[in-house]
Amino acid sequence: MADTSYDFIVVGGGVVGSAIGYGLAKRGARVAVLDEGDTAIRASRVNFGLVWLQSKGDGMPDYGRWTRRSADLWGPFAQELRQTSGVDPEHVQRGGVIFCLGDEEFEQRRTTIMRMHNQVEPWVYETEMIDRRQMQELFPGVRLGKELVGGSFCPHDGVSNPLRLLQSLHAALKRLGADYRPDAPARAARAEGGGFAVDTPVGTLRAGKIVLAAGHGSPALAGALGLDAPVIPERGQLLITERVAPILDVAAGGIRQMSEGGMLIGATFEDTSEYTTRATTANAVELAQRAIRIMPDLARLKMVRTWLGLRVLSPDGFPVYMESDDHPGAYVAFCHSGNTLAAVHAEDLAEAFLAPRLPERLASFHPRRFHAQKAA
Amino acid sequence: MLRKLPDPAGGVVTVIVEGRPCEVGPNDTAAAAALLAGIGHTRTSPVTGEPRAPFCMMGVCHECLMVIDGVPSRQACLVTVREGMRIDRQVGPRALQPAGADAHV
Repeated sequence: MADTSYDFIVVGGGVVGSAIGYGLAKRGARVAVLDEGDTAIRASRVNFGLVWLQSKGDGMPDYGRWTRRSADLWGPFAQELRQTSGVDPEHVQRGGVIFCLGDEEFEQRRTTIMRMHNQVEPWVYETEMIDRRQMQELFPGVRLGKELVGGSFCPHDGVSNPLRLLQSLHAALKRLGADYRPDAPARAARAEGGGFAVDTPVGTLRAGKIVLAAGHGSPALAGALGLDAPVIPERGQLLITERVAPILDVAAGGIRQMSEGGMLIGATFEDTSEYTTRATTANAVELAQRAIRIMPDLARLKMVRTWLGLRVLSPDGFPVYMESDDHPGAYVAFCHSGNTLAAVHAEDLAEAFLAPRLPERLASFHPRRFHAQKAA
Repeated sequence: MLRKLPDPAGGVVTVIVEGRPCEVGPNDTAAAAALLAGIGHTRTSPVTGEPRAPFCMMGVCHECLMVIDGVPSRQACLVTVREGMRIDRQVGPRALQPAGADAHV
């Protein structure tokens, strides 16, 4: 083990690290993905699973374009993953909606959508506002709440099953000959001998390049590699109901029906400085109440489970990708939307990490933007 | 075979299990009534379609979900019978809305 050497060590086996590792491995790199196992604070296992464009990039046009690119790549990505791993990540792209209760929410949403369209080329989002009648056409047979006036619809939005996606990526890594190591969490990482060394409980691993993709675990490892990982946690709680016959064909922010029938309802947005994942009854009530205002018949269903995860956010909510100036070949990657971006991470980002230097097209995502804002 | 212990309280309640009248004790549960009626499985899995039947009889396992007086997903082992109660199998997933639409919430 101590002598094991790789082209890449990816630190973090959640959806971000696993997608990058998968992308590197399928391009022929020798890859180790180091993971904490089931005790990790892992957003990848607790999220809503959307593959979602329409809300991304307000204030950073490159993030909108990057997300659209991922939405476009997701279909072939899912098919390839299924073939490689035997596990279907359950990707469906039939568009997605954000519901608006009352005229004020509708007007706010309309303004946001217009502002986002104004920042990029028209092809990026193609989101439109739809009224209640059009919403009813998207959800035939579903009784909509009286307050629902309409919402926004983006044809490029879709869903995946986050649990299956992670399982599929781990299985695919194995099939491609990569070392997925849930027994080898990174304790420390450093530049050494023209490459990188990572200390783990089962020995030191070495590689020519290293990618920090450990979410909340990245900040502790970043400094020694000359990387900047300003990760902020945000609490998000979800709940799921008992299984019901398929009725929701289109995904929505806040309500989606899983392939096996459960209605997934979420999520809360709570600032926190604590790294705890304790769910609360108050959150569950808040989630259920809004969902019932949108679809009153949800009130009939039994909730079977509620849980809470910690989002991985940067200070502006946009992704961070950077290569170390002090130690070229060391990279950090973290973002809120690991599911949505999984496809572009496995393709364009993996390509970028294989290049001699990180390509200029990723410059917008460099964390130097946070320091520039501070200075101004 | 399932055999019922004598109930010191006595008395008889008639419930309708899958459309057929069935006489049970006044303190019996709907799950017990379904077992006594001998209907075999009491639901099918919403995922696999597999037939299932009451197991723990104490409110824990959720295997006994049935449609009771038209209300789906009741834990039949926690519902005490009542004269005329309708106890039906729950086949596959329940519907979000009852057939007929404008039912109250």
